Amino acid sequence: MKVKSPLEIYKYLPKTNCAECGYDTCMSFAANIIDRKTKPGDCPPLTRDEFRENLEKLNELTAPEIREITIGSGDRAVKIGGDDVLFRHDLTFFNPTALAYDVWDTMSSDELENRLSAIKDYRKFYVGEFINLDMVAVRCVSGDPEKFRETVKKASETGLPLILISFNSEILKAGLEEVSEQRPLIYGANENNWRKVAELALDFNVPVVIHSKDLDTLQSLAVTFSEMGINDIVLDPGTEPIGKGLQDTFRRVIQLRRSAIEGENKKVAYPIMVVPMTAWLVGKDKLSTTYWETIIASVFIVKYADIMILHSLEPYEVMPLAILKTNIYTDPRKPVSVEAGLREIGKPDENSPVFITTNFALTYYTVESDLTSAGINCYLLVIDTEGLGVEVSVAGSKLTANVINEAIEKEGVKDRINHNSIVLPGLAARLQGELEMVSGMKVLVGPVDSGRIPGWLEENWPPS
Amino acid sequence: MGDESKDSTTVEDLIEFLKKLAVKELHNVSIEGDIEIEIDSQQMPALELFRAIGYELGMAGYHLMNASKMLGYPVEVFFQPVGEKGVMVEEKKEIIAELIREKFEETKVEYPGVIEEVTLGATKADGGSRGEVVKLGGERSLPFYLFDAEMPHAPKVTIDIFDMPITLAKSVRDHYQDVMEDPGEWAKKAVKEFNADMVTIHLISTDPLLKDTPASEAVKAVEEVLQAVKVPVVIGGSGNPEKDPEVLEKAAEVAEGERCLIASASLNMDWERIANAAKEYGHVILSWTQMDINNQKTLNRYLLNRVKFPRDSLIMDPTTAALGYGLDYAYTNMERIRLSGLKGDKDLAFPMSSGTTNAWGAREAWMKESPIEGDTSWGPREYRGPIWEIITGLTLALAGGDLFMMMHPGAVAVFKEITSTLFGEREGHVDKIEDWITLEVEE
Repeated sequence: MKVKSPLEIYKYLPKTNCAECGYDTCMSFAANIIDRKTKPGDCPPLTRDEFRENLEKLNELTAPEIREITIGSGDRAVKIGGDDVLFRHDLTFFNPTALAYDVWDTMSSDELENRLSAIKDYRKFYVGEFINLDMVAVRCVSGDPEKFRETVKKASETGLPLILISFNSEILKAGLEEVSEQRPLIYGANENNWRKVAELALDFNVPVVIHSKDLDTLQSLAVTFSEMGINDIVLDPGTEPIGKGLQDTFRRVIQLRRSAIEGENKKVAYPIMVVPMTAWLVGKDKLSTTYWETIIASVFIVKYADIMILHSLEPYEVMPLAILKTNIYTDPRKPVSVEAGLREIGKPDENSPVFITTNFALTYYTVESDLTSAGINCYLLVIDTEGLGVEVSVAGSKLTANVINEAIEKEGVKDRINHNSIVLPGLAARLQGELEMVSGMKVLVGPVDSGRIPGWLEENWPPS
Repeated sequence: MGDESKDSTTVEDLIEFLKKLAVKELHNVSIEGDIEIEIDSQQMPALELFRAIGYELGMAGYHLMNASKMLGYPVEVFFQPVGEKGVMVEEKKEIIAELIREKFEETKVEYPGVIEEVTLGATKADGGSRGEVVKLGGERSLPFYLFDAEMPHAPKVTIDIFDMPITLAKSVRDHYQDVMEDPGEWAKKAVKEFNADMVTIHLISTDPLLKDTPASEAVKAVEEVLQAVKVPVVIGGSGNPEKDPEVLEKAAEVAEGERCLIASASLNMDWERIANAAKEYGHVILSWTQMDINNQKTLNRYLLNRVKFPRDSLIMDPTTAALGYGLDYAYTNMERIRLSGLKGDKDLAFPMSSGTTNAWGAREAWMKESPIEGDTSWGPREYRGPIWEIITGLTLALAGGDLFMMMHPGAVAVFKEITSTLFGEREGHVDKIEDWITLEVEE
């Protein structure tokens, strides 16, 4: 955003400290706008007529450097772009890279249906919630507008945002007529077809991808579109899958984003598209091509792609990419730890086991969800390891027998149970002897992964 | 599978071996039950256990090496930009007849700092017996930003080996099971067959909870490895804070002059004793901290100012967490350290090492299927493990990592392929990239 200090925002606020926004003071509200934790429109007085000009001014001043674009409609609409920084530690990255998976209009209807369900239904549980796939990219392979229209129609039934893909504007139009209400992204305009595609973007009021490997041409297209009133633009600088071509792609993506954010070049301050599925243009066999597609996608999830088009739905590709984008776009300002203490999982009683884990959020949520999904009634003693996982905190002496024993005493663990035993994480096995000594409890060593606790309990519980 | 393993395995044998395994996997002939990782937690120190976890093997290794061989077409040159300043435009809704011609202005970022260049290994001329040395560091820009500054050295891979057979993940174990009794043979295999730039010998048998091998005996494995291979060597302890100083001191002594990387000095142990030994016998020190930039700076300063460690002999390990298990923290920590170094903080301007093998600690890398109700199937695990290792390493290479401790040969091959590509060492272009739009993918 253009402003860096809360003071620059404060001067446009009502300065009444009415607290209607939920913050105590207008200055605090302004500081939270700078941190992008709230936005000017969340100040109720500002939305009233008397302040309308201030609100407009503030919206302009606080707009993110990279334009934020919404694709799709309804619950599963996806926002892309909206970034303000080149490094996530300077603030955070916003709007995780949207992953679009392709279908095409020469697939048999069975294949199409299966693939659409696979895209729509994909779920991976991670840190307390399920990650889904974001979009469907519909490619026209047939060259037949009617076939394309049919495929687009079927894809739209998933409710996922769509990307309609062809350089032929007649074909795009056929698709748009089917789903214009759903705000698809259209792909794409290039140096040859840009007038016709611009017309579609204006007529149907949809976001549009512009494509050129030549950054002069790409910027020319962006400026020309903007001049025509088209501002929901996505930049595709072309993805070469291998060799010097891939290094050039890396360079183009970084140059574009750096120019927009550091160089304040508003002409290219739009979301960037990368197409890892170009790996399939050169791939020799399914496994190595899937791997290479994953690798290309990983590079650009880390480096600035806001949206990407992928082909392989193999779980060994989808899962790591879904997690990588979640990791990279996690707000680094959020605390990494949960509160320490004794938790009850299910309805534990005096015969229930007591498990130990650390207060690193990822570790905690993994263990907690494993125990809950397996329907285990137990206690979970969460140790304050300053937000480190089990293995690192053992190595770094943050998780020691003494630290655990203090928590046992503090939480009155022994009073809750009649078996005087406690279960160490498998990765903290080396603490067993010393913990038995200092705590006077029977110390069992659990599995190295909490996903295996159910099987472990069958063999080891109750303790002999 | 004993009948499929061979005493002296060549690459061809390995590939055949992998193919056989893959056929079994693909035809759903069960090789083992759900959990085949036999872990005796009471005998494994936590850190090594973490490194050691894995899963069984499929055709991945074979195909992954194929990924290295994808070819393209001849060259094009893209950027010929000339500067021009932009203006904000007002909304108009009419089609313009001619494209408004623009020049995109490329930028070049120059940092005041430079990352220290560190040489590992010493040849005969320098008092050692290595056949070649490995150079790390020397960067003046972010990794692979070749448009900002030349990147002197591509990331390097050192393969982990151990001084006793350990409980390895099946897929990793299958690559090494014929050599696990012999650190020298293990090292040879890592270098000759799996293309390791270096090897890391972990003296884990010294752990009091394992064999409690005396330091003087354990260091024989170091000598064996130094004799078996000509590449530079990393020497690691067992991770036991009480025992490591003595072990690493002795190891530094027997490896005198070889310019090994001594792994590691850490704030929770007698770093001074370890560093003094490393310095006395002419080695490089690994400064290891637990994901905390301030601690990293503190430990580096101790090593530089108190031990008077030479600046060209220090590498940092700011800790690697796996994809899905803290990789974002590891990434940002390394990126901040690298940027600080480039911006002129001399206490942080050193090459970085990543314990990428930690990726195998992620359950997604080795568990047969998701334990969570409602997850889409995780698919065949033999393909998940290597990719977990690759993405963990690749992400940290993009943050500024220079040296990568890895284990799966397929992961090593693909990691080297992508980092060499970004480093600019791979030829190849694809002219008609737009063809993806109308591609009928044949799988």
